[in-house]
Amino acid sequence: MGRFGSVLVMCAVFMLLAGCGYNSMQANEEAVIAAWGNVESSCQRRADLIPNLVEVVKGYAKHEADTFTAVTEARAKVGSTQVTKDLLANPAALKKFQQAQGELSGALSRLMVVAEKYPDLKANQNFMDLQKQLEGTENRINVARERYNDAVQFFNTSIRTFPNSVTNSLMLHLERKEAFKADEGAKIAPKVKF
Amino acid sequence: MKSLVFCILLLVMPLRLMALEVPPLTAQVTDLAGVLSAPVRLQLERQLAAFERETSTQVVLLTLPSLEGEGIDQVAVRVAERWQLGVKGKDNGVLLLLAKGERKVRIEVGKGLQGVLPDVAAAQIIRNVMAPYLKNNNFDAGISHGIDSILTATKGEFTGNGYVTRNQTAVRHHPSLVVMVLGTLVAIAIMGLVSLYLGAVAGAIGFPLVTSVAFPGTGEVMLVLAAVGGGIVGYLLSGAVVKLSKGGGGFGGGGGSGGSLSGGFLGGFIGGFFGGGGGGNAGPPEGGGGFSGGGGGFDGGGSSDDY
Repeated sequence: MGRFGSVLVMCAVFMLLAGCGYNSMQANEEAVIAAWGNVESSCQRRADLIPNLVEVVKGYAKHEADTFTAVTEARAKVGSTQVTKDLLANPAALKKFQQAQGELSGALSRLMVVAEKYPDLKANQNFMDLQKQLEGTENRINVARERYNDAVQFFNTSIRTFPNSVTNSLMLHLERKEAFKADEGAKIAPKVKF
Repeated sequence: MKSLVFCILLLVMPLRLMALEVPPLTAQVTDLAGVLSAPVRLQLERQLAAFERETSTQVVLLTLPSLEGEGIDQVAVRVAERWQLGVKGKDNGVLLLLAKGERKVRIEVGKGLQGVLPDVAAAQIIRNVMAPYLKNNNFDAGISHGIDSILTATKGEFTGNGYVTRNQTAVRHHPSLVVMVLGTLVAIAIMGLVSLYLGAVAGAIGFPLVTSVAFPGTGEVMLVLAAVGGGIVGYLLSGAVVKLSKGGGGFGGGGGSGGSLSGGFLGGFIGGFFGGGGGGNAGPPEGGGGFSGGGGGFDGGGSSDDY
């Protein structure tokens, strides 16, 4: 065999390492982190819309103070529960994030129900536009959540199946990531029919 | 053999029955609900093809008779994702989806066009331009005016290269796949030098591994088949390598017929492997020509409304 043989063996070792998922598992983890970034930015986009929305509704529905307070509080709570990517493997942190977002969704849908009672408000161009923006944002959140869950499932499978599981336990020590649980409160987008 | 194919079909089928099937993308206009008159459909197809040549932006219309119980937002993003409208990197695709049964319209806007066609603009096109015609079931006018507005809004954002995207074989790129295939073959060759049976074992382990990475959801039955096939290939290839190393007096010598045999094996195997991969993941299996998406991405932006 000689020199040629040793080169061959080195090539084989390198390829076996690649074949054992050393690279692909890390690529999959990056995909999870990227997908999480989209979830966060969509949620942030929604939070950014809220002050304008509340302002417009306030102009027509002055007596709904409770609803406004609920929305503002829920938004503040969302702002205080930031989940960084290090916490993706932490079920409690993700649950907290999801709960806060769910509460905001609930408060927003109540705001939209309130808006239903004011025909002038419903006909307001500014309100109609904000409502469409909110719908679009909710949809983006749903899409981002689904893609995040897909990425998590793919990643979790990749670290638990043979032979990646061996590579992971010996070398990489990547942790299982948490997926979003189906949560009715967060899934209902405030839809107002005209 | 027939029953084997049937078994494989049975394994694959349930996955395809879960949700509304995404129809194949064959033209700029896919009027499954049959709401457009023939001249208008042709005119729209020409208009949209010309627009893509000029701007590279892909605007595509799909009408469905029914959403089969799903939300239009979910269906639209799934269709847009599968069709990969727009150019990769520019993400400049737009899907106009009309569901006749539910009387709903959605404009799904690719990420690259949300600056010029934000959700609010899409909503206004549906509400102010399309809905008045659609309410009277005047689909020809409603859809053409809607398309006109979408084109006006997105014109000038990107420039095209004078071509319409055609079908190309969709090969799934996996960074380490080539390395893995080569690694398996090298492992077979090394093991094969020791013993034919070890070569077969290397093949039986290597093939399912490669298969499971190349097609992540491959069923267990397929993996077992891959293992059996890998074992056979491993055994044969080992035989070829042994013959080559003896007959040719080492690798450097280049052993005439043996070399071409294993070369043929390598080429055939890799070629067959990637050919299969392309077919497995490609959406619409059509012949050349036609029309296809360019790899654009969607994030669920756009707007939908009833009419």
